[in-house]
Amino acid sequence: MDFVFPNEAHVTWSAMIVLYPFITGLVAGAFIVSSLYHVFGRQELAPVARFSLASAFIFLLFAPLPLLIHLGQPQRALNILVTPNFSSAMAGFGYIYTAYLVVVALEIWFVMRGDFIARARGGGWVAMFCRAVLFFDLHEDDATRRADKKIVRFLAGLGIPMACLLHGYVGFLFGSLKANPWWSTSLMFVIFIFSAIVSGISVLIFHYFLVSRINRWRVDDACVQSLGTYLWGFMIVAVALELLEILSIAYKQTEEWEVLGMLIERKLMISYVVLQFAVFSIVPFLLLAITALFKPSARIANRLILASATMLLVQVLLMRWNVVIGGQLLSKSMRGFTDYFPGIWEKEGLVTAAVIFTLPFALLYVFHRIVPLFPTQEHEAPAAPPEVTPRVA
Amino acid sequence: MSDERDDGLRNRREALQMAGAAVGLLLLPIGRLGAEERGGRQPYWGYAIDTTKCIGCCACMRACREENDVAEGYFRTWIERYQIKADGSVTVDAATTDDFVFSERDPDSVKAYFVPKICNHCEKSVCNQVCPVGAAYRTSDGVVLVDTKRCIGCGYCVQACPYGSRFIDPRTHMADKCTLCYHRITKGQLPACVQACPKGARIFGDLSDPKSEISTILKQRRYRLLKPEMGTHPKCYYVGLDREVI
Repeated sequence: MDFVFPNEAHVTWSAMIVLYPFITGLVAGAFIVSSLYHVFGRQELAPVARFSLASAFIFLLFAPLPLLIHLGQPQRALNILVTPNFSSAMAGFGYIYTAYLVVVALEIWFVMRGDFIARARGGGWVAMFCRAVLFFDLHEDDATRRADKKIVRFLAGLGIPMACLLHGYVGFLFGSLKANPWWSTSLMFVIFIFSAIVSGISVLIFHYFLVSRINRWRVDDACVQSLGTYLWGFMIVAVALELLEILSIAYKQTEEWEVLGMLIERKLMISYVVLQFAVFSIVPFLLLAITALFKPSARIANRLILASATMLLVQVLLMRWNVVIGGQLLSKSMRGFTDYFPGIWEKEGLVTAAVIFTLPFALLYVFHRIVPLFPTQEHEAPAAPPEVTPRVA
Repeated sequence: MSDERDDGLRNRREALQMAGAAVGLLLLPIGRLGAEERGGRQPYWGYAIDTTKCIGCCACMRACREENDVAEGYFRTWIERYQIKADGSVTVDAATTDDFVFSERDPDSVKAYFVPKICNHCEKSVCNQVCPVGAAYRTSDGVVLVDTKRCIGCGYCVQACPYGSRFIDPRTHMADKCTLCYHRITKGQLPACVQACPKGARIFGDLSDPKSEISTILKQRRYRLLKPEMGTHPKCYYVGLDREVI
């Protein structure tokens, strides 16, 4: 054992390729939440409906960034659109991505047209920008509002299969590579879709709490608990699929299990077995089960949901890591494993990854400064001053 | 008299015709080197490796590196050594990067052999299938190449190749692989590795020519392909390959 082909000593797909499916997953999940409100009429999700749509849009803008950083010849990136090789699964990315970006951008435009009009009537650069976004047409009445609503409903409905297509496609990129037994499974794209929804709901919950905390808003309990229930449902399906996939390979005891079993045992024991499953899947599952089944007080339920969402965000990131990096640790000689850990300051290292992941949040803040992403919020009651008992001498 | 003159003219004409034919015969191979042997047909290149002949001297690896300026730490061709102990356990290693020399053989091994590896130039090459911009392509004479004017350096072909033959060149940030020394074979020369092999373990030739050495070997010897289950239809044929080799 322990022979890798000489060219495999260097891992080709770095942390950037871990980040790419993670960010597209956030897009797909956030969009599904906004559609739950716009298409399926889940009124309790109103407080995060606009925010989720804006999140999907902003994350979508940043999704190609890690890919561009990774490409050896980024100046030729548009060749995928201009001179595509249609037999390649990757050639579809440009088209699927662009089509989805157009749908999400249009939906945002129609959802927020009223707000852009209100902002455009003011003065300054922001108003000018809003007028440009509106193509300098500030007309609005009941008829246009009704039309906007209809179009939004249509676009939100159209966006659901497109979100699934985008993320299913990312899973297909890996699942279709027959040379790698860790990737080559027909379940890969289904797993990617469900884990995308999990990560999308999780990031919304996390961000909603963060924004509420910073602004001292009171979180909407019904909204959070509804998100918590959806999160519980989708995480059960996602984790069950992940487990069933590996269990079925293990049970069949085929030749490929001999190397995959060793890959898990020797290289992925901590990141896959301990962290992805034992800690970051089972614990949030139990916490969400408590909130869904035992109905604790809103304060406790909110905290449990926040903790679960944060953990599930890490779980999905771990899943992406274990898929993308884990698959490359296994040599195609089937006789050994290589190692990889990203450098801190290198081009595709940890600092770059952290910056890429932070940028969408910064842009969301700018977006929020132009057009409010949350409905008018109720502020938390100021904390009661502590009772002072006179000291008795 | 006139008969004599006619005879002289005929002789001169014949001499000129013969001289012209000789010059033509001399010039012909320069333009169509190799094509004459094939009767003008386009070749369909293939590669065979007789593992029973390889002695692991690594002359092929050195020649390849020199001929093709391969990046340090990466390989267009390499040699694997398989050592099998009495209990059936297998140890595999490859010659080190720096000096292309194998370490001492394990004294406990009961069987050992060398297996040279290169790109299989597959008929249904998966690298061509997955390249998003068509930079990976197969020539009409059956060689899989990379178009460095198109490659975007995404690495998808590297992941897709079941044989570990491709890599991203750290100097150009583009995919690189064995070209079968295309710059040489199109001039009628042999690939550098084939030329350098002192034991004739590497055989290169035209699969479409039934009389070529490679065609004869494939007709007369038993051979194996690497990972045939991948459905890539590799064109690198291994003679005398044992079951341990993947």
